[in-house]
Amino acid sequence: MSQILVNAPERARTGEIITIKVLIRHRMESGHRRDRVGAPIPRNIIHSFSAQLAGEDVFRMDLFPGIAANPFLEFKALARVSGTLLLRWTDDDGGRHEHAVQIEVT
Amino acid sequence: MSDAGRGRAIGLVALCLLAGAVAAMHVAPHQDAAALVPADKRSGIEYQSEHTRAMQDDPSANPGLLWASEGAELWQAAAGDRPACAGCHGEAGTSMRGVAARYPAIDGMSGRLLNLEGRINTCRTRHQHAAPLAYESEELLALSAFVAQQSRGIPVAVSVDGAAWAWFERGRKFYAMRQGQLNLACRHCHQLNAGRMLRGERVSQGHGNGYPAYRLEWQTLGSLHRRFKACSAGVRAQMYDYGSDEYLALELFLAWRANGLPVETPAVRR
Repeated sequence: MSQILVNAPERARTGEIITIKVLIRHRMESGHRRDRVGAPIPRNIIHSFSAQLAGEDVFRMDLFPGIAANPFLEFKALARVSGTLLLRWTDDDGGRHEHAVQIEVT
Repeated sequence: MSDAGRGRAIGLVALCLLAGAVAAMHVAPHQDAAALVPADKRSGIEYQSEHTRAMQDDPSANPGLLWASEGAELWQAAAGDRPACAGCHGEAGTSMRGVAARYPAIDGMSGRLLNLEGRINTCRTRHQHAAPLAYESEELLALSAFVAQQSRGIPVAVSVDGAAWAWFERGRKFYAMRQGQLNLACRHCHQLNAGRMLRGERVSQGHGNGYPAYRLEWQTLGSLHRRFKACSAGVRAQMYDYGSDEYLALELFLAWRANGLPVETPAVRR
C-alpha cells in the first residue's frame, strides 16, 4: 500500500537550500476516543519522524496526538553532497517505516 | 365502421394521446429541472478557502492522491486466478480517460443504474469472480479515486436518456422533496441559498464532481454517498444506505445538474 508522497528535488546545486515536502498516510488515532460500546480506542500515532541526507541528520520531529490524520510535513535541508534522502518514521503499532529518494547534488 | 374498426380507431387515438403524454413527460420535467440548475455553475472548490484550494492543486499536499496511488497498485493486482483490472482494461490513463465523467450510467447487461463504485464491484463479481468490495472500504475508495482521477479536468457528461430517465426523475423528485425534522429539501440550501453563509460555512451549489474527495472534517477520503449521509443527518432526515436506490438516483440527478463542470477527483473539501 502506498503510504507516502514525497516532493523533493531530484537535482540541487552544492550549497543550495532545498525544500522537502512529505505526506504520510496514517490515521493518527489519538487514544482519546471510544468505540461504539464505550471501550477506549488505543492510541496509534506516528510519534517520531526523521530525515537523513547522505548519511547526515537533517530533520527530526516528535509528533503528538493533536496532529491530524495523514500528516503533512515540510522542512528544508542544505544540499552538500549527492546521496540518499532517507525518511524514517515509527508509529505506536511498532511499525518502523522508511522511504528513500535519491538527490543528486552538482 | 365496424365495431372492431371503431375499437382500433379509438385505440389509435388513445395511443397517440399516450405518446403525446409520454413526449410531454420527457419535456416538461426537463424544463422544471432547469429551475434546479444554477444559472452560473460553480464547482465546490470555489467555495473553499485559499488554503484548501492550494492543497487540492498541490500534487505533494493533496492527501487524496495517497488513495489514488493505492488504486493504481490495485489496478495492477490480479484477483486470484483471474486477470487484474489492467488485464482487460490495460493502461488506465487511456482506457479509463473520461469514463468517470459519464457515470452513473445504465449497465447494459442488467439494465440497472450503476455509479462508479457499483461498476467496479460489478466488474469484480462478473469478470474477476471476486467478492464485491464493501462500500466505503479503503480498497473501493482507492480504486474509484484512481479511476475517476483519469478523468480529471474532463467535463461531467452523463446521459439521462432511455432507462436512466426513470432514475433521473426519481433523483429530481428527491432533490426537490422536503425532508427531515428541519423540513428542508436539497434545493433549499444548494439552489436557493448557494453562496450564502450557513453558520461559519459557505453553502456550495452541491455538485459531486470532486468525489471521492478528501474532506478535512473526515480526515480521510470519502464517497459521494458518505457526503449525502452527512446532508441527510444535517436536516435530521433518514440516512439511506451506501449504494441505495435513493442515493443512486440523487447521484444521477446531481451529475446531470453538474454536466459541464470538470471532474476534480480526488478533490479536497473542508
